[in-house]
Amino acid sequence: MEEQPESNLSPGFNNPPPVSNLEVKARLLVLAMVLLVAGAVAYLMYARGAFERTQQLVLIADDSEGVVVGMDMTFSGFPIGRVGRIELSGDGNARIIVNVPRKDARWLRTSSVFTMENGLVGGPRFRAFSGVLSDPPLPDGAERRVLRGDAAAEIPKMIASVRDLVNNMSALTASDAPLGASLNSLKAATERLNGPGGALGVLLGSEADAKKLALALDRTNTLLARLDGLVVKADGIAVKTDGIVSKADSQVFGQSGVMTETRATVVQLNGLLADTRASLKKVDAVLVEAQAIGANTREATNDLGTLRGEVDASLRKVEQLVNEINRKWPFKRDTEIKLP
Amino acid sequence: MIGMRPASQGVSRDWTRGLLRWTAGWWMVLYFGAQMMVMAFSPSSYRRSQRPVMYRRFHAATAPFLPGFTVISALVSMVIIRIVVATATSYGLSRYALDVLVRSLVIELLPLLVALFVALRYTMPGGEEVAALRAQGRLMAIWRAGGDPARDELLPRVVAGVFAVALLAAWSCLMALVLTYVTVYGFTTWGFEDYTRSVGQVFNPAVTLIFAIKALFFSLAVAILPLAPSPHLVTGATARRLDNIAQLGRVFALLLLVEVLSLVGNYY
Repeated sequence: MEEQPESNLSPGFNNPPPVSNLEVKARLLVLAMVLLVAGAVAYLMYARGAFERTQQLVLIADDSEGVVVGMDMTFSGFPIGRVGRIELSGDGNARIIVNVPRKDARWLRTSSVFTMENGLVGGPRFRAFSGVLSDPPLPDGAERRVLRGDAAAEIPKMIASVRDLVNNMSALTASDAPLGASLNSLKAATERLNGPGGALGVLLGSEADAKKLALALDRTNTLLARLDGLVVKADGIAVKTDGIVSKADSQVFGQSGVMTETRATVVQLNGLLADTRASLKKVDAVLVEAQAIGANTREATNDLGTLRGEVDASLRKVEQLVNEINRKWPFKRDTEIKLP
Repeated sequence: MIGMRPASQGVSRDWTRGLLRWTAGWWMVLYFGAQMMVMAFSPSSYRRSQRPVMYRRFHAATAPFLPGFTVISALVSMVIIRIVVATATSYGLSRYALDVLVRSLVIELLPLLVALFVALRYTMPGGEEVAALRAQGRLMAIWRAGGDPARDELLPRVVAGVFAVALLAAWSCLMALVLTYVTVYGFTTWGFEDYTRSVGQVFNPAVTLIFAIKALFFSLAVAILPLAPSPHLVTGATARRLDNIAQLGRVFALLLLVEVLSLVGNYY
């Protein structure tokens, strides 16, 4: 029995029931799709930076492995540019052209430093560092060499170090290694420690030496016993010395001891010194008066000098007067000797 | 061995017949697809008298499924977003979560989901209906009456299928992008620049072009394959059910082929 094909058809599918405002709804659906597609295209263009005014920065690296177009360049963790093109320059270096939006270019200065860091996961990351923001801004098309930091490059070094470490550990733990020999020696030493010689046997090397040491210890003990006797005698001597000292103490510091009398003598000397000090004060007063007399005498001496000068002057005047009188006087002596 | 000869000959004959049928089937699909493409790019297909049919098919292909699809798409997107974000965060790789989500969800999974949804909900039932029309001879009757069954019955369904895939794919991708943003940044706007930059990094020109081409081929595969004529006559409910399953397998295989080719284009 053959079934009719149309028996399985839903009756409304071929000719669906009429829809009110079908044309408007269909147009709205088409418009929605056009808007969605156009919006997606516009959004992607915006996301790719198609509407941004940019300036170019050329980063020169010796290796551009892992760098892809569209990667970000960050400044303080914020993306301020993206890789737009990668070229191989004539000198074999990679030229990474980074498009930096004009509004973000103010963070880049002529003194800025650029780094490319390779992490363990993901591609390399570009970073810009501007230490002095007051420097002139970076011009369009500036070329800067990028500093590389490679975390993955440290892995081979680390593996080499770990390999050395493992080799050293293997050498240490080998059966014929010094460490094994040391442990064996330690084991033997431990066994000897537990043996009859004990620690002394380990320290001295043989049991005979240990016995010698024990003998020496015994003798030392004997010597110490004799020393104890000597010490007892010394104690007796010390007791006697103590008595002598107590007697000397009573004679020196007793009621009529040397020290007491000395103290009285010192008191008397103090009184004597006080008297002497009073006498000296009187002598000082006498000296003061003698100084005054000396001063007066000096003044008198000066006056005498003046008086002598005046007397000398008067005498010369008198002499001149006498001479004048003698010259003029008729009783003048004829001093001239007339020769025959 | 002598006794086996007729059996092996029979197997060989069946295998040859199967290969011929397979080749003829795909040839008919290609031929039908080329016819539909020519008609789709012909302005006369969209003349005023055709518009009511087109509008009806557009509406029937999208509007009834839009609410359900929105819910399904949002749920699937949300689950995948949560899984990826939580996993990336637990490994300390949260900054790669956006990249992974956009690449896996928006570019790969959602278009595939949309294509399968449209195939199962619209174009395959439409293909069954067209097969019934063919079996009933109604397409031939339209032809004899001076009409064009390809233009009046088949092309609106094909264009509506393409339209449905495009609209639902755009809508689901938009929802996924919004849900991703909300999941990662919350209901704030401060992360928009960063998010946009991440999305822009994923959608480089090559990826965008491959995504667009993939969406186009998905829509064509979903719209054309179920409506293409079958090389053998299918009669009876059981045979038609088996043919539907085979049709679904063909659609799925073709979608997977397009998906694999797009992956090769993106990542090799």
